[in-house]
Amino acid sequence: MFYREAGQFKTTYEADQGIFPIIQDRWFIAIMLVISFVVIPYFANEYWFQAVIIPLYIYAIAAIGLNILTGYAGQVSLGTGAFMAIGAYATYKLCTAFPDLNILIVFVMSGLFSAGVGIIFGIPSLRIKGFYLAVATLAAQFFILWLFNKVGWFYNNNPSGTITAPPREVLGIMITGPNALAITRYYVVLSFLVVFALAAKNIVRGRIGRSWMAIRDMDIAAEIIGIEPLKTKLMAFAISSFYCGVAGALYIFCWLGSAETEAFDINLSFLILFMIIVGGLGSIMGSIMGAAFITLLPIFLTNFPPMIGIQIASDLAKHLEEIIFGVLIVFFLIVEPHGLARLWQIVKEKLRQWPFPY
Amino acid sequence: MEFLESIFILPFLDIADSPIFFLEVVISGVLAGVMYSLVALGFVLIFKASGVFNFAQGAMVLFAALTLVGLMEQGVPIFFAILITMAVMVLLAILIEKMMLRHLVNQEGIILFMATIGLNFILEGVGQIAWGSDVKKLDVGLPDKNFEYGGMLLNTLDLSAALIAAIMVTVLALFFQYTGTGRALRAVADDHQAAMSVGIPLKSIWIIVWSVAGFVALVAGILWGTKAGVQFSLVLIALKALPVLILGGFTSIPGAIIGGLIIGVGEKVVEVYWGPAFGGAIEGWFAYMLALAFLMFRPQGLFGEKIIERV
Amino acid sequence: MKMHNLVLAAAGFAACAVGVMESKIAAAADQFFPLLVYRTGPYAPNGIPLANGLRDYYSMINLRDGGINGIKTSVEECETKYNTKLGVECYEKLKGKGATLFTPFSTGMTYQLIPKAKVDKIPLMTMGYGRTAAGDGRVFKWTFNFPTTYWSQASAFVKYVASQEGGMNKLNGVHIAHIYHNSAYGKEANPTLDALQKIHGFKLTKIAVDHPGQEQKSAWLQVRRKRPDWIFMSGWGVMNQVAIKEAVSAGFPMDHFVGNWWSGSESDTIPAGDGAFGYKSAALHGTGTDWPVIQDIIKHVYRGDAAKAAENKIGDVIYNRGVLNAMFNIEAVRTAQGKYGNKVMQGEQVRWGLENLNITTAKLKALGMEGFTQPFTVTCADHESGGPVIFQQWTGNGWKFVSDWITPITSVVRPMIEEAAAAYAKENKITPRTCS
Repeated sequence: MFYREAGQFKTTYEADQGIFPIIQDRWFIAIMLVISFVVIPYFANEYWFQAVIIPLYIYAIAAIGLNILTGYAGQVSLGTGAFMAIGAYATYKLCTAFPDLNILIVFVMSGLFSAGVGIIFGIPSLRIKGFYLAVATLAAQFFILWLFNKVGWFYNNNPSGTITAPPREVLGIMITGPNALAITRYYVVLSFLVVFALAAKNIVRGRIGRSWMAIRDMDIAAEIIGIEPLKTKLMAFAISSFYCGVAGALYIFCWLGSAETEAFDINLSFLILFMIIVGGLGSIMGSIMGAAFITLLPIFLTNFPPMIGIQIASDLAKHLEEIIFGVLIVFFLIVEPHGLARLWQIVKEKLRQWPFPY
Repeated sequence: MEFLESIFILPFLDIADSPIFFLEVVISGVLAGVMYSLVALGFVLIFKASGVFNFAQGAMVLFAALTLVGLMEQGVPIFFAILITMAVMVLLAILIEKMMLRHLVNQEGIILFMATIGLNFILEGVGQIAWGSDVKKLDVGLPDKNFEYGGMLLNTLDLSAALIAAIMVTVLALFFQYTGTGRALRAVADDHQAAMSVGIPLKSIWIIVWSVAGFVALVAGILWGTKAGVQFSLVLIALKALPVLILGGFTSIPGAIIGGLIIGVGEKVVEVYWGPAFGGAIEGWFAYMLALAFLMFRPQGLFGEKIIERV
Repeated sequence: MKMHNLVLAAAGFAACAVGVMESKIAAAADQFFPLLVYRTGPYAPNGIPLANGLRDYYSMINLRDGGINGIKTSVEECETKYNTKLGVECYEKLKGKGATLFTPFSTGMTYQLIPKAKVDKIPLMTMGYGRTAAGDGRVFKWTFNFPTTYWSQASAFVKYVASQEGGMNKLNGVHIAHIYHNSAYGKEANPTLDALQKIHGFKLTKIAVDHPGQEQKSAWLQVRRKRPDWIFMSGWGVMNQVAIKEAVSAGFPMDHFVGNWWSGSESDTIPAGDGAFGYKSAALHGTGTDWPVIQDIIKHVYRGDAAKAAENKIGDVIYNRGVLNAMFNIEAVRTAQGKYGNKVMQGEQVRWGLENLNITTAKLKALGMEGFTQPFTVTCADHESGGPVIFQQWTGNGWKFVSDWITPITSVVRPMIEEAAAAYAKENKITPRTCS
């Protein structure tokens, strides 16, 4: 009843091509933005920022990046962790080499480095497909981390072999480093997420996105109708790695503050992959929902039993949490194999008819 | 210059200098490679029969080994402990089929892959609740002695482990090539629906395959567990099997064997002779690079089924 | 039906959200010690005894002494699985519950928390791990790593080798191999060994083993080829067990194979069986249960039930390390109480207590730890104290000391610490405070 396009007339092509053609969607997005820019900062404390929301947003950016590659362009990647590492180490090198450079620009620049490396490791995708392609990205994963671990230049030869976010400010406000307030870092991460999500939404519905989907659905057919596989696939690798690179930079500089290569190990790659599968392949909204699901569920499972007065030994609690998490994933896939994004779509379809379904 | 020399000249001089040692390195590579093949085999079996890339294979190794050690600690004689563990793994296969696979028929590969990640969490949790997270010593009576042979130092534990793994791999390869069940399995792998239409019971095939994979996991758990103690890290050996799997092809049992040998020998030789020039610990990524190099020529793995694409 | 479930789930999350926000109120009556533990996951074999040791010592203080000068201790565990990202959640949660001191027991967590400690005004106590440069208290005001560090340990190892070879002047020509976990932790000893190599002229071979270290045949083939006289190992987790097993297979003499203090516990040697006899490792403290303090724990915490205590790994190397660390924490609070009065200490006061900690022989005796560890003093500038290291050997059912307490080569290590700290200070725009 409330959610339908009847009566919304478009008088210009621009209006017809808007990202959110339906007014209810625009309202929904506006409300989400108000919640994330105003309501959450008002209510959240440092625990919520540092333990829940900031990592969630950073994972969401990486998940959008991976979803572009895997969900839209159909190229399976297990190298997300490495591409994030490139972003983080590039940021570290750039901001220690040029201390006066605006850190926000540095984040974007390091995304470009990541994109470049992404293109190199994307080249095998022209010949190798499916799960086999995972090997190319796994090679990236292991090789790049080995390189960052081995070559002292990447961490300025400091004896601990780790990178630490130095204090940097923009317009007099601390963005990185230990003295940066959680709320500032929250706004930085949120702004990146909003801009990147909107950009991704626009890319995937345009010519580039459509050619990705054509390649994903059948690359030979796509080639016949005039889509260049080389250009299209490498573009997907580049943009995806760019997103992951920026996410990786934020991961260290706006969240962890300090890290060694271990923080980017293969488990991180798997984690981001879980997010897009649970969230829904080929959906920007799904990437964000998947990141939320995978981040929030374990925290919920950890904190829920003590909340209702059940005290369990910490190790038993963790094991139970793992089991429940596993069961929920399996259950969820059986109920809705196409992820949260599909669930969201079903809700929207229901809303069209609600409360008078025919 | 010095660096180039350490890559292009010195290693070969080293090899020429002591061919016996080179042989020892190769033999170590073969022994390690057979162990990788064993783990890879678990993946191949399941992928062949149900098209599932089973992320939980490592967790199955851990679960089987923990159950075996746990039973042995309770005083169960080793023979019976193995039997009971095997029964547990069959039960697990039945449960997986009933609770999971049955409901996910005809889903895309990546969805099934994700489901096995859920399974992975469940197995890790259950295994640790039941048997604890501590490291446990496993001794199934394999001989563990060093001996010299022609200037090479060999260890009977490594040899017997590789021998057992080799026997397992061969028996399974023959089983799936020459028995009725094996034929049925290959039929299912080719086409679910066609197999069902000629009367092959899909469900029991899946149970058999997952049980066999459970058995492979148990053997892998015993062999690796004897070397390193039974502990959580056993789940990580699955990572060692990935390049093998990709190199050999997901659907080929001989591929797993040859792939294991190539990776095993390749990474040992490179690490020992070329590793120092690069600062060491290069075998981790080298295995993947090697697999990648092979894939550039055979995109479906050495023995994988040729991908035929039609528009 | 589906909508119904969603609503329920949403309600659950909301309840959880409110709950976590409210749990911020701290219980102010007790001295609260947060425990970041890893009783599960790949490093659980070390995490379990460590957590038990800390937990038991804290509760023993309550049961035996009625608290620290009458102030009861309370603990809460948070499971991290040795995962830095889970650790962040634990840190924030326990910080909100009034934590005044953190012992992360993980390299990754330590690096992550060092910058935060200063901002949150909660000191970090990283005993025998973490960032070695934190030994310079002028730069790292909030981080403590006494009684000794990886760099001091490496220098003590070189001295130990010298004592076995017949003196420092005999080191020339001795071949030492360092087998290390290829991570920030594993590489810690390298700079010290490099520096000492230049001075004493021994031959040094560094062999990296990739995480997790389940398969290290190639490392040991290199040992076979290069035939070092001594091996020093910086391993962690499954790498240790495999390394010991491989050393046996490679026919390396076990009494020339020395692990660092994270590579020398029961869980490392037992899986290797008889082959591990003679394996050595560095240590900071005594093992076994023959110490009055351990007996007190059995008596008060386990009510004399030695079997149950043994089940909890009492007397194991890592358990005793937990006890030692807990003792330092308690004594720091006690020291702080000496200045600020007998009440619950806050973060800054605990920090003062750590910095003015003076562990004397008399105090160790009173605590039932005479000979268990060595006396030392922490100062404003020196958060490491360069305490001595001892070497122990595996006998098949326990560890025994095989050396004296060896003081590290401070003249080499200390300048390196100061240099590394200065570099850190420069990079992070920290002005070192003056200590005088």
